[in-house]
Amino acid sequence: MSYFTLVLALVFVLIPLILSKSLKLGLEKDTIIATVRSIIQLLAVGYILKFVFASDSYFYIGLMIVLMIAAATQNARKKGTSIKGITMKLVITFIFVEILTQAILLGLHITPPTAQYIIPISGMMIGNSMVLGILFLNRFTAELQAHEEEVELILTLGGTPKQAIHTQLINSIKASTIPTIESQKTIGLVQLPGMMSGQIIAGADPVQAVFFQLLVLFLLLTAAVTTSVLLGFLSYPTLFNERMQFLNERIKTED
Amino acid sequence: MDNIQEAITLQNVSFSANGTEILHQLNGGFPAGNISVLVGPSGAGKSTLFRLLNGMRSADKGEIYIHGKNIAQFDPTDLRRTVGIALQQAPMLQGTVWKNLSLPRKLQGKELTKEEAQKLLRIVNLDEQLLDRKAKELSGGQKQRLSIARTLVNQPPILLLDEITSSLDQVSAHEIEKLIIHLNQAYQTTIIWITHSLEQARKVGDYAYVMMNGKIVESGNIDLLTHPSSDSVKNFIKGDQS
Repeated sequence: MSYFTLVLALVFVLIPLILSKSLKLGLEKDTIIATVRSIIQLLAVGYILKFVFASDSYFYIGLMIVLMIAAATQNARKKGTSIKGITMKLVITFIFVEILTQAILLGLHITPPTAQYIIPISGMMIGNSMVLGILFLNRFTAELQAHEEEVELILTLGGTPKQAIHTQLINSIKASTIPTIESQKTIGLVQLPGMMSGQIIAGADPVQAVFFQLLVLFLLLTAAVTTSVLLGFLSYPTLFNERMQFLNERIKTED
Repeated sequence: MDNIQEAITLQNVSFSANGTEILHQLNGGFPAGNISVLVGPSGAGKSTLFRLLNGMRSADKGEIYIHGKNIAQFDPTDLRRTVGIALQQAPMLQGTVWKNLSLPRKLQGKELTKEEAQKLLRIVNLDEQLLDRKAKELSGGQKQRLSIARTLVNQPPILLLDEITSSLDQVSAHEIEKLIIHLNQAYQTTIIWITHSLEQARKVGDYAYVMMNGKIVESGNIDLLTHPSSDSVKNFIKGDQS
């Protein structure tokens, strides 16, 4: 695909703009911002990746991963302001997910240790982990707000913080991971996954593309469950003090 | 009350939240084995004091002693099993009466026996047939009885009751009063009861404490609710009767 064909592809941006204008949907500004941002961001990433692939240096691969984790943390931390030290907890979670998945992939020689594999897979893992982190934090805060009375009840009856928050923690872990598991049940029936489609369009053998897609799906399962469980167990102790008192005012200050 | 053994002793206890002082230098003691009533206008700090006694919050200043032992030296879970609390709203977990009743034992990694459950239900005058019913479907009075029975699973020597009859009809409230007096007499449980009804306070209480603006303004024999000495308490009682 050339720059010329990419410019032609902008027709697909014009269609929603015309519809938005004529139907007064008010989506023009956001559509233009989204288009410009995606062009700049993806082109920049494309050229950076080209440079990193050419350099074949682990330093640049590491730097890319650090940048991904930093961006993911910056995005997810806004949802967890009620949890003390959420930034560090997110960083630990993302690093853990990254190390776990890459250790299995590289250790079992499932993928070769090159930038071409490590960076895109890391991007998918950290990106998915970020979304899961946001889903978990949203749900956990909502569960605690809705069931504050039950948490306090268990404490007043002599329960520990872990016992008091167990139901809310498990519900939040389940609720945040279910979409990932459910979406995998119907995958391929309605739409082909983006990565697989991209590979097929780029000329790869469809069966090979399926193999890679399956690998990614399995990795996403690990990333999803690991993120929620780790973030959950790192987060809940900060909602209690050393006297096992529930610091519910932290939850109330959340919107 | 100098010669009476105290279940709870307060020494200069103060507590603030969000920069506002809620309890101001509380002193005094709650006698063991008696029913003490805690009365006062809304916002006086009565429920907050209960949260301090049950260890759900810690005092900013001062000391609290339970049977002579500083509250800070208690393991928090032991403290909450020693000082049980029942609340006005009688919160229930999703699930059956059995699930709710057996909860305190489960929290200790143990099981409540069927016989123990039946005995507890008999004490609070609840039908044994209710064990399989959903707790949230019970009436207000039944929930309150279940809440008390659940607190009793831990056999707390001290029981705090926070307006437990205020949302009940008169008949149910009267039944709960009889139950609490029975608990006190049969098991020598120390009861501290927050109530907004002075009539109830006079009926059940041995000792009275009047709280206003975060302070205990008067305390002593229950008669003080009939013959208060301070003007503020006189006005409070007059206001309640008018």
